[in-house]
Order: sequence, then structure tokens, then C-alpha cells
Amino acid sequence: MTVTYDPLQVSGRVLSNDRVGAYHHLTVVAPGIAERTRPGTFVAMAVGGEHTGMLLRRSFSIYRTRSSGVYGGTVEVVFAVAGKGTEWLAGLRGGDILDVIGPLGRPFTLPRQPVPCVLVGGGYGTAPLFGLADRLRERGCAVHMVLGAATETRLFGLLEARRTSQSVEVSTDDGSLGVRGQVTTVLPALLQRTGAPVVYACGPMAMLRAVAAVAEERGARSQCAVEEAMACGVGVCMTCVLPVRGDDGHVRMVRSCTDGPVFRGDRVLWDEVGTVPAGTVGAPGAGGQR
Amino acid sequence: MTVEVAGVRYPTPVMTASGCAAAGRELTPFLDLAAIGAVVTKSVMLDARSGRATPRMVETPSGMLNSIGLQGPGIDTFLADDLPWLVKQGAQPVVSIAGGSLGEYAELARRVGMAPGVAAVEVNISCPNVENRGLVFACDPFQAARVISATRRGIPKDIPVLAKLSPDVTDIVTVAEAVMEGGASGLSMVNTTLGLAIDPVTLRPALGGVTGGLSGPAIRPLALRCVWQVYAAMPEVPIIGIGGIRTGFDALEFLAAGASAVQVGTSTFHDPSSPARVADELRSELALRAAVSPREVVGVAHRPAGTSALRAEVSM
Ligand SMILES: Cc1cc2nc3c(=O)[nH]c(=O)nc-3n(C[C@H](O)[C@H](O)[C@H](O)COP(=O)(O)OP(=O)(O)OC[C@H]3O[C@@H](n4cnc5c(N)ncnc54)[C@H](O)[C@@H]3O)c2cc1C
Ligand SMILES: Cc1cc2nc3c(=O)[nH]c(=O)nc-3n(C[C@H](O)[C@H](O)[C@H](O)COP(=O)(O)O)c2cc1C
Ligand code: FES
Repeated sequence: MTVTYDPLQVSGRVLSNDRVGAYHHLTVVAPGIAERTRPGTFVAMAVGGEHTGMLLRRSFSIYRTRSSGVYGGTVEVVFAVAGKGTEWLAGLRGGDILDVIGPLGRPFTLPRQPVPCVLVGGGYGTAPLFGLADRLRERGCAVHMVLGAATETRLFGLLEARRTSQSVEVSTDDGSLGVRGQVTTVLPALLQRTGAPVVYACGPMAMLRAVAAVAEERGARSQCAVEEAMACGVGVCMTCVLPVRGDDGHVRMVRSCTDGPVFRGDRVLWDEVGTVPAGTVGAPGAGGQR
Repeated sequence: MTVEVAGVRYPTPVMTASGCAAAGRELTPFLDLAAIGAVVTKSVMLDARSGRATPRMVETPSGMLNSIGLQGPGIDTFLADDLPWLVKQGAQPVVSIAGGSLGEYAELARRVGMAPGVAAVEVNISCPNVENRGLVFACDPFQAARVISATRRGIPKDIPVLAKLSPDVTDIVTVAEAVMEGGASGLSMVNTTLGLAIDPVTLRPALGGVTGGLSGPAIRPLALRCVWQVYAAMPEVPIIGIGGIRTGFDALEFLAAGASAVQVGTSTFHDPSSPARVADELRSELALRAAVSPREVVGVAHRPAGTSALRAEVSM
């Protein structure tokens, strides 16, 4: 089994909720969660208030935590309004109560040696990379970041990245900032220049797939934090699965909430996400499954 | 708050629902498995199953659609890993089984019947019968009854066999009567009801499996109606009420309609402590009505107005 930590369910008080470019930056007092958080893990939030018809939790990568302070431990997330749940979250004000479960999932694996690392974030996917960068620097790893987004306002954390990383490259689809194109436009040269043996990535699935492919071509390992639709976030519903090849070579439909969200890029069958690939353990013969 | 259902005692009348608690492990950070009524495990089949393609769920008003496709490790892994673990936790394991043919149910029953520590067996009959054009067992009283008798034969006499009914039938009482004839010890009511959602971008069905099972508070009145009808026809049959239970009062509604216990499914996704919390709230609801045990309220909704002493002591 993969539960290696104890998530907490906390009724937390919102400390602040600010706009940052196209995103919202939410800080919640959630004692206990901060102390347990490792980079790459996430929180699942109940939305809509006590009598809501929105039953499913919304999951967000943990941007930052502060273990102690005047208010007790805090957890911060960065989110985009994507539908009615995130719209409700965007309306929260300081003092409001929010039910948070976390930390959930498996964190990024850290290298044992002080090697240079490349961290790639797409849109709000940059958020969990800052905590990771801190851990890496503590181990003496040089951190190089690549930030990508559709357009400038959808980049997150550029100043912070510039302040804290050895180097930062930026790509936007529309060329409004940095290189016109995608993160993979700049990634190969960066891997070449830094000789980084490991790439960490968080962002849209298409980006992760491309990053994993570039890393593999260059002989680097990749660690990708995926985003699959989740109903429970804690591992009981089996909605969040994707095809992943295990150590034994077999492909299984694996829960991204408990076995992920961080996976080795070379283990995910990126092109077949959304399907049950032939040969998957327990895959149906003709006729499908009910 | 202990209750007895078909001869087995449970610590509370509130259990997890199959497919909404896996095999219990993941809920341990949020509740004490030994203190809840029972852990009803995810329906397990004979062999490992990959389940269906994603997307497997859509949120709908006060509910959700799911099309998981019974992903699971297969019965042997379940009996080797999950069941002994549950027993060691001191939980009451209710093992849910699902099959595609009579033979598969019979074989599952034989293996589960030999395993130690099983409190009860719940038979998920909302599965397509591969030997009968894929028609769902639960929708045909005759086939449903055959599945139950095939299962019953493999399970020791002292372990109850609960038939889990689908609400997607013309007359739920007919199916209930048939499975009781087939040897069921009690009924779990109800499974999800079939639904559909359209993706706003593609205007195609939103689920990978096209249709899915609707669950959550959206189906509570429908589930409650099923329990009411069956209790009215067969008040002696033990019923476990399932469908959209989120609060202690929701659970109380099911008891009043005729259920002896309840299961909490989808609400667990909103609040993983739900099975424990609902029991606590139910305790308060009973106290409010000066009921000393859950037993006292079972079926009270069927009594003529004014004949029950159970009224809330406060104005609500
Ligand atoms: C591990 C993980 C980390 C995430 N981190 C972030 C983050 O840091 N910032 C951010 O803005 N978003 C993040 N997301 C995506 C975020 O969870 C969704 O945008 C959000 O759930 C949408 O909710 P909604 O009610 O606004 O949209 P709706 O479309 O109304 O949501 C309906 C249902 O679908 C689910 N859902 C819809 N889209 C997604 C999605 N992309 N991922 C997961 N579930 C979805 C919701 O949980 C909900 O149950 C993350 C998702 C996961 C799984
Ligand atoms: C994600 C999900 C998976 C389910 N899996 C099963 C299952 O494997 N076997 C079964 O008998 N019922 C299954 N059910 C049905 C539930 O056990 C329950 O009968 C139904 O959801 C209604 O209760 P609820 O509204 O409290 O969820 C599942 C329901 C959901 C939402
Ligand atoms: S979201 Fe429920 S199992 Fe992963």
C-alpha cells in the first residue's frame, strides 16, 4: 500500500485570498498540514459551504507552507478559476472557514547527490516547484527553472523564480514574454548547457508528456506531477487513474491521488492516458466492462 | 447504538458503501474502522480488473456519475491482503462480490466462504450477465434470484448473504421477493441509478463509459421510496438503506422508512469521516426523540399518524 503519511482534515480559517495575474493566491490557517507537507503533495478542499450541492473536493498543489507563526501553520495554494468550485474559492475572504485535507499524495523524489536540476512549470504548475527548489538547494543542487504559459499573465512566480534560481527561462505560446513557443522549445538546450540528470515538471498533461519525452531523449530522468480529475483525493473512489508501467514491467491503471500525483515520466503511458491500453493488468477482452 | 442485521451485530447502524471506501485502509486517517458499523468493501470479481477508461466521474447537482468499471485486484489478492488486514483492525468486514455469470458468483462465494472473519457477504447484482446478452442481473427477478442462490450455496449458514438491489427496475418489490426466495438473508438498497452527462466542449457523453451510476443526495428520495415500498410489502426482511445519506437525519429517514442500518457512499468523498460522523449525528437525532435504540425507529414511518410516541422533543 502507498499511504506513507497521515493526511489531516482541518477546518481552517482563510488568512488571505489575493489576485496574482490570472490566478488567485489563497492562504489558509491549517495547523498540522504545513508540518507534514513535502514538495509535490497536494490538498483537497471542500467547496460551496455546508449545504452545497457540490459534493466533490477540489485538489490543489501546495505552493508554500509556513509551519508556525502568529496564526499557526498555514498552507498556500495558487489556483485558476476553472468552474463553479474554483469560482466559489475565489470569493473567499479573510476569516472565512475552509475544510482542507492534506497533505495528500506522494512527493517529488530528491536526488541523493548535489546535481543540477531543471524545474519546469506550466501556468499555475510552477507553484509547487518553489518548495521543491528550496529542498534541492538545501542539498546543494543548482536549480534552473523554465516557466511556460499561454500568455504573460498566465505565468506564475516569475519574480520569485528569478530571485531564487540559478537561471530562469520563459516561454509563452503568444510570445508576450520570453521565447515564443513551449517549454520544450527551450528545454533541450538547457539540459545540454546544465547537464542536469533530472527534470521536475508540473503543468498540463500535454506539457508533461512533451517534457518526459525530451528528458528521455537526453538521458535525463523526469518526475512529473500529473493532474487527473479526482472525486475524493484520498484513494477510495478509483476515478483518478492513469496507465503506468510498474517496476515489474506490467501496466496498471494507477490512482494519481495515492500513487501520484508525482510519477516518473518514463513510466506513464502518456499517449494512452484516457484509455485502458491493451495488455493492462485486468484489461477487458472484447466487449468492455461495466 | 449497536444493531443487528440478519443475525450479525454491528457497532453502529452506519456502514461504508461498496466502492466508496476501497477496503478501508485509506480512511484510517479520518475515522476508526473498528468503531463504525461495518466496512463494506469495493465489489471484487474473480480476476483482476482494469476498470474503464477515464473520465470516470462527473459531478452533477447534489450528486455524481461514476463509471469505474469495478477496477480491482481480483478475489485471491483481496482475500490474501485486504480481508486479513480489515479483520486485524477489528473492523466488521462486509465483503461485496460481483460477477459476470452464475458460475463466477458461485466460485467467488466458495472462496469467500472459506475465508475467516467475514461478517456478511453483499452481492452486487448490478452487473451484466455475459450469458444473457449482457442484461443486468438486478433487472431480472429470475436471474437475480439465481445469482443469490448460487452465492448462498457457497457461504456458511451463519454468514448472511445480502442482495444489493438496483433501483432501475419497474417494480422493486418483485425483485426483492425473488432474491429472498433465492435465499438472501437481507437486502441492501439501493445501488446507483443509471445516468448521463454531456461534456460542454465536445457535446459528447462526458464519461469514458458513456453512461454512469448516479449517486449522492440527488438520489436520496428515490432510494428512500424503494426502502419504503419493500418494507411495506415485507416488514420482516432486514434492509440496509443506501442512497445519498449525508447527515444523521438522512440516516434516520431510512430507519423510519424501514431500514435496520444504512450505508454512506458518496458523502465519504466530501467528508472522509462521514460514516463516523453520521453515526454521531444519528445518536443525537435519536436522543432528541427519546429513542433508546435505533431499533425503536425502524419502520415507524409506516405507522398511522399519531400512533408513535417518537416525536422530536424540541420544535424543529
Ligand atoms: C493533484 C492536483 C493538483 C492540482 N493543482 C492545481 C493548482 O495548483 N491550481 C489550480 O488552479 N488547479 C489545480 N488543479 C486542478 C483543480 O483541481 C481544478 O481546476 C478544479 O478542481 C476545478 O474545479 P471547478 O469546480 O472550478 O471546476 P468544475 O469543472 O466545475 O469541476 C467539476 C469536478 O471536476 C473536477 N475537476 C475538474 N477539472 C479538474 C482538473 N483539472 N483536475 C482535477 N479535478 C478536476 C473537480 O474536482 C470537480 O469534482 C489540480 C488538480 C489536481 C488533481
Ligand atoms: C465511485 C463509486 C463506486 C461504486 N462502486 C460500487 C461497487 O463496486 N459495488 C457496489 O455494490 N456499489 C458501488 N457503488 C454504489 C454505492 O455503494 C451506493 O450504493 C450508491 O452510490 C448510493 O449511495 P450514495 O448515494 O451514498 O453514494 C459505487 C458508488 C460510487 C459513487
Ligand atoms: S481521487 Fe479518489 S481514488 Fe484518487
